Amino acid sequence: MLGLGVDRLRADMNRLLALLFHQGVLDEQFLQLQQLQDESSPNFVSEVVNIYFHESEKLLRNLRGLLMDKEFSDYKKIGIHLNQFMGSSSSIGAKRVRNVCVAFRAASEQNNRAGCLRALELLEHEYCYLKNKLHELFHIEQQRVLAAGVRYPMQH
Amino acid sequence: MERNVVVSRRRKTETTAATAAKIDGFDVLPAGSEEAHVLAVDDSLVDRKVIERLLKISSFKVTAVDSGRRALQFLGLDEEKTSSVGFDGLKVDLIITDYCMPGMTGYELLKKIKESSNFREIPVVIMSSENILTRIDRCLEEGAEDFIVKPVKLADVKRLKDYMMREVRIESESNMNKRKSCCDLTESEPSISSSSSSSSSSSSESPLRTPISSSAPSSPTPLDSPIRRLKMTPTE
Repeated sequence: MLGLGVDRLRADMNRLLALLFHQGVLDEQFLQLQQLQDESSPNFVSEVVNIYFHESEKLLRNLRGLLMDKEFSDYKKIGIHLNQFMGSSSSIGAKRVRNVCVAFRAASEQNNRAGCLRALELLEHEYCYLKNKLHELFHIEQQRVLAAGVRYPMQH
Repeated sequence: MERNVVVSRRRKTETTAATAAKIDGFDVLPAGSEEAHVLAVDDSLVDRKVIERLLKISSFKVTAVDSGRRALQFLGLDEEKTSSVGFDGLKVDLIITDYCMPGMTGYELLKKIKESSNFREIPVVIMSSENILTRIDRCLEEGAEDFIVKPVKLADVKRLKDYMMREVRIESESNMNKRKSCCDLTESEPSISSSSSSSSSSSSESPLRTPISSSAPSSPTPLDSPIRRLKMTPTE
């Protein structure tokens, strides 16, 4: 029954991916990353995505720190963080996160602090959703690799 | 006389000088030369990982650095160093750099490279997440080979081979047609597939910047323009 397990897991993965595409959470750049993964670099996607998570959380912390400061006025710095966040999000195909960054940047260019705070909340929410879903995806993939590696017992 | 001859316009280094010979005005390298070496410059670690993988999977050797300053150091162009030769001895066949970087922008890096007598011949490609026409024009005017809008895809990287100092394979004499057309290429005007400044190519040899698979020269068309190849995504 292990063979069926592999197929079922692959179907689960595809279903989740299709959902994320349909929701606009991911775009074709994510597929491009998957195409870059092969036997010579079997964990490429999760490696890049983990770097993205690490950097994104730093950026989110910086953004929140800046905006929560009572004497905050450095919208330019917000813009710099957002450009970084936008760039890396687009590079991994995180479409919805990137789009929120665009709206966030517009608010910061208008020196709109309330708008920035709202955008930050939305950004944290979208990022959380993305991270959970990608973890789910990698988990299914891991299960699939394990299931595919298990051999049937030899009949003597 | 039958022989396989690989003709390359790569900048000569110590390793190739020993084996290169001059035949009919072209530098000749033994067939099966090493992979092209690309210097990738991007301050984003995510982007560095991606571009590195894109390049490796396309059979390039890659060195990835995080700033224009480090790129210049790698080339040996840093003001603080007196040497004018890349200290690690590896020649660079193409530089691909992000535009927006803290400190030195990709544009400033491009200018420094084009101002250098040693390195101005290295093709430079700019990457940017912003599709701003004035920015693109500035870079192309300064001598960039192409301008890629991020996110960078495999198709973009495969195109980079077109900007390398070209290799043209001349088959044995029995394969007359191919050889003839290759000779035709050398005699006719080179087809311009980019708007790179030609001030650097003042030598008598005309640059063989034609696609490897072509058997006949084509006059430059709007389709060859780098602008057409840009992803015309709407600006925010």
